[in-house]
Amino acid sequence: MNDAAAIHTQGLTKTFRGGQVAVDHLELKVPSGSVFGFLGPNGSGKTTTIRMLMGLIEPTSGTARVLGRPMPRSARTVLPHVGALIEGPALYGFLSGRDNLLRYDSADRAADPRTRRTRVAAALDRVGLSAAAGKKAKAYSLGMKQRLGLAAALLQPRRLLVLDEPTNGLDPQGMREIRALVRELASEGTTVFLSSHLLDEIEQVCTHAAVMAQGRLIIQGPVSELAAGARGRLVVTTPDAADAARVLKEQGIADVVVAAGEGRGQGEGDRVTGEPPPPDRDLAELNVALVTAGVRVRGFGLERASLEDAFVALTGEGFDVAG
Amino acid sequence: MSRVETNGVEATATDVATAEAASPAARTPGFLWTFGLFRSELVTTFRRWRTIALLAVLAAVPVLVGIAVRIETGDGSSMGGGPGGGGGGGGPAFIAQITNNGLFLVFTALAATLPFFLPMAVGVIAGDAIAGEANAGTLRYLLVAPAGRTRLLLVKYAATMTFCLVATLVVAASALAVGALLFPLGDLTTISGTSISFAEGLLRALLIALAVAASLIGIAALGLFVSTLTNSGIAAMATTVGLLITVQILDQIPQLDALHPYFFSHYWLSFADLMREPVYWDDLQRNLGLQAVYAAVFGAAAWARFTAKDIAS
Ligand SMILES: Nc1ncnc2c1ncn2[C@@H]1O[C@H](COP(=O)(O)OP(=O)(O)OP(=O)(O)O)[C@@H](O)[C@H]1O
Ligand SMILES: [Mg+2]
Repeated sequence: MNDAAAIHTQGLTKTFRGGQVAVDHLELKVPSGSVFGFLGPNGSGKTTTIRMLMGLIEPTSGTARVLGRPMPRSARTVLPHVGALIEGPALYGFLSGRDNLLRYDSADRAADPRTRRTRVAAALDRVGLSAAAGKKAKAYSLGMKQRLGLAAALLQPRRLLVLDEPTNGLDPQGMREIRALVRELASEGTTVFLSSHLLDEIEQVCTHAAVMAQGRLIIQGPVSELAAGARGRLVVTTPDAADAARVLKEQGIADVVVAAGEGRGQGEGDRVTGEPPPPDRDLAELNVALVTAGVRVRGFGLERASLEDAFVALTGEGFDVAG
Repeated sequence: MSRVETNGVEATATDVATAEAASPAARTPGFLWTFGLFRSELVTTFRRWRTIALLAVLAAVPVLVGIAVRIETGDGSSMGGGPGGGGGGGGPAFIAQITNNGLFLVFTALAATLPFFLPMAVGVIAGDAIAGEANAGTLRYLLVAPAGRTRLLLVKYAATMTFCLVATLVVAASALAVGALLFPLGDLTTISGTSISFAEGLLRALLIALAVAASLIGIAALGLFVSTLTNSGIAAMATTVGLLITVQILDQIPQLDALHPYFFSHYWLSFADLMREPVYWDDLQRNLGLQAVYAAVFGAAAWARFTAKDIAS
């Protein structure tokens, strides 16, 4: 493939009837071989983007290329290489889990009918559903349905996996399994495009991420760079929170916040956090100032920014739904 | 047959193997691979509880008619003889003949179910074909499989037509069984008054069943088109059945005479002409022509709509 991007959109826009702009001039570039996290609050346009990438809805304007080919025009040649889970699983309740997969596989005109049963069995095994394969899908629990939906995306070896909130409804064990599965697939060379609300999940498995808000792309890039973009926090753990906060403010530390009791788990008192001082200031001086003022400092240091900090910094309001 | 199939599979396999090697894009799946989706569609349709219930209701109609006629005539009095086709007198066509020959129950049952039960069943299946999948969300997964919109629509079309045939044959088979059980069988009298052998009668019954099944093509195409308009299976089914009833009523209003030949139900009862000697083909041909026009017009409309539709469910 001459185009190195697994997904590349230019000016991709979708305006729904009634004037709702769900996706607004999206410029997304998902490198081949990456595990790409697609983040955004509810209603920010993630699923709409994925539907356009999969050729389910026509963009109002702009272009989308998947695996180097234009969508939706090349749907027929591109989609056999793409496994997708879009806005949760959809199943035939009156068919067994196995029969659901057999039906989806026979819908794929590129799928070989002679290997169908083996591939279905392998996919069921991969998501841990072999034992429940004969059960009617309507009797599946939410997590089992989600697993079956994932199995449908894994019926063939794929070059791209598009997973819209794949861990929705899964128990912690299931989430861990999915994360392991995503890592395994990525190591086999599959590009994984993953939308999620769970920031630590993205941080754990993704190499790259993009953040959406109100239909617009706010930022995209390698996860390490995104997290570095947000500044870390100065953290003081102490039983004398009020004094510590006063001293820090006197020393010119901005945005001082007392989180009562958060340090108590370790028997150490409260957590007082603030913006890190400018690089030219020695942290030891701050510590001395605290100790001199009689604050019993039990923990002191800089905490690296998490992706969540970056996210909140970028979207401003964090996870509120835009109207 | 098996040789042909084997060859087909081999040819397809080589096609894809070379296509895979050259470029993943240039895949040319053969007929059997497309047939797989059609078979899956049939299995999915006929495994549905609703489909089975519809067929059970259709199978019950001849049983009820047969028992009713049997009870009526159980005391020995005949219901009156003579050729009684064409819906003359009370009740569906041919009903007066049943006591003389059980085979007439086939004709009576088809005449009784064609105006409403059969097209209603077809309307339910056709209306649900696309809209039901959209409603359940399974449509998006079929399309990203990718099934191909045109291919999926064709498969739905073919499966709906198959249902028309199966539903008609269920009525006919049930009627034949009940007729054979409750009444004598033998040579029969045509509407024209001539006599034909029982074997010939069976052949005519089969032809009539085929003519009835073909009569349902129009409503099936209409239902499929309606099904592409909405994401609610129930709404599509209700609309299709509503259209059926409306057309049936309008077809009875003399002031709309000029429009009548364009209603899909107008020539439905022409199947009785297959019981004349010689067969009177004019209306039968008109019926088939009209059904073909409906199939083409609404098939094209469904295709235009479905291939351009945003799948947002
Ligand atoms: N079929 C539709 N018709 C009209 N508006 C729609 C439609 N689908 C989505 N929208 C609107 O488009 C916006 C984006 O929706 P979308 O489903 O893409 O969000 P999302 O990022 O996937 O949200 P979530 O995290 O809740 O899944 C929303 O404001 C939504 O109301
Ligand atoms: Mg969504």
